[in-house]
Amino acid sequence: MIATARIFRARQSMGRTVRGHALVAQDGFSARYDLDRIAGVFCRPGHKLAGQSYVGKILILHTAKGGVASAWMLHEMASRGVIPLALVLNSVNPILAQGAALADLPMLAGFEDDITAAIPDGSEVEVNPGKSVLTLIT
Amino acid sequence: MVMRLNDEEQDILAGRCGPVARQALQHQLKVGEFFGAEDFVPVTQAHIMADTESLGEAGVRWLEGLAAAADGQARVRVPTITDPRGTDFAKASFLGQTSTMLELERRAISAFEKLGVTMTNTCINYQTIQAPTRNEHVAFGDTGVVIYSNSVCGARSNFEGGPSALAAGLTARTPRYGFHLPAQRRATLHVRVECAPSSLNEWGALGGVIGRLAGDYWAVPAIEGIERPPRSDELKHFGAAMASFGSVALFHLVGLTPEAGRLREVASADLPSHRVVRDDIDALHHSYRADGLVDVVVFSAPQLSLYELRDLAGLCEGRRFAVPLLAVTSPQVKPDSDRLGYTARIEAAGGTVLSGMCFYQSYAREIAEANGWKKLATNSTKLVNILGGYGYSPMLASMEQCVDAAVSGKLT
Repeated sequence: MIATARIFRARQSMGRTVRGHALVAQDGFSARYDLDRIAGVFCRPGHKLAGQSYVGKILILHTAKGGVASAWMLHEMASRGVIPLALVLNSVNPILAQGAALADLPMLAGFEDDITAAIPDGSEVEVNPGKSVLTLIT
Repeated sequence: MVMRLNDEEQDILAGRCGPVARQALQHQLKVGEFFGAEDFVPVTQAHIMADTESLGEAGVRWLEGLAAAADGQARVRVPTITDPRGTDFAKASFLGQTSTMLELERRAISAFEKLGVTMTNTCINYQTIQAPTRNEHVAFGDTGVVIYSNSVCGARSNFEGGPSALAAGLTARTPRYGFHLPAQRRATLHVRVECAPSSLNEWGALGGVIGRLAGDYWAVPAIEGIERPPRSDELKHFGAAMASFGSVALFHLVGLTPEAGRLREVASADLPSHRVVRDDIDALHHSYRADGLVDVVVFSAPQLSLYELRDLAGLCEGRRFAVPLLAVTSPQVKPDSDRLGYTARIEAAGGTVLSGMCFYQSYAREIAEANGWKKLATNSTKLVNILGGYGYSPMLASMEQCVDAAVSGKLT
């Protein structure tokens, strides 16, 4: 890890360690409301990531939105491999935690600072739920 | 945090109650430990959201795996009911649903039945099956069901997605975190309403505005300024929209809902405070207006009560629709709607009454493509919030305006 790495501690964590590129927005997340789950892109008009692919990205967003469907949908997305690599949020609701548990999707939530402002879009990050930390690598 | 388990829970985790109960408890432990739950709390009812558009093939296979592992032995231990299905089998061809969708539905239903789940197929169980009581711990899915049960009934539930609600049914407990804890139920923001909503779409819009202000699952609005006791249908649309726009699971109406006889009982004096005025409700309506042309009119989300169907039937009298009008209700209400002649009056005008599904949970994108539906008028604020993501241009208006639009093909 290079010397400029910065570490952000999460209050809530789940899953295995992964490393990848961040897709960042100060916006919400709901699998039903926001995603074209077949194409693997954000499709909700007005969402700050509309048109962008989330597949294989570490999604860094503000908060969970919407209904309960994400609890099933993350599992279904995982079965086809059309899913983010991990979810990182300032605040998470039970649905996303339940969905991540079923889908075996790494997740961090609850930071001292606004994590969507701290992590530049496109940067390389590591999600380490075992240590409850997000590391900004480059 | 490692959760504290009693003897029964340790037995379940050790597999002495079978593999299905153990798998359910393991899932609940992951979620409970994520949220720092200290232990489990017994629940008396569970309500599962599980339409097959959400489950997909993978979710249905997962359910079938549980049902097979149960081998007729491990069944739910408390009354466990279901949210709307992804179809009304009797009207599937009208909707343009495919045999693949219907087969997936049949497989999911079969698996649920093997697990002892009662297929009520409703998101208005608090109006039709059994409303929970104050302080009753439950594990409910469907955000509209949870916010109504927590706020209006004073029950205690988190949003329980399908896998977690099923797990709660199988273990008769859920992790004690969130809105099961008294401290979490105190208000985090104060909202003063300075207008009087009248129609259901206005109640929904008010809920949507407050949901946006709250903006977070853990936010609890304490709301003042509602001057008369709202009806159940008004609070149904109000809560469903608040939950949809803000992921909110609990609100207090000061002087009206059970935990908020007075503001100080649920709120400290230094909460952030907001005003909501008529312009806020109007602005939300205007943000869901296109050029006025309408392809389809939908009343759904939540399912309609008998009173809503009665009102709709009255508006359909002597009318003839130029575009499809869909009214979606629960399997419990539909027979009464048939018996009382409401269904016949709506369908005589060219409408269709559907049962046991909800519009947005019924392959909304695919049925839009099959039928050429894009511009959709509804009086449901929850529905307009959801359908943008499914490719629709949704429009929000009163029930009367929507019926007029079904006649003329244009919302004015």
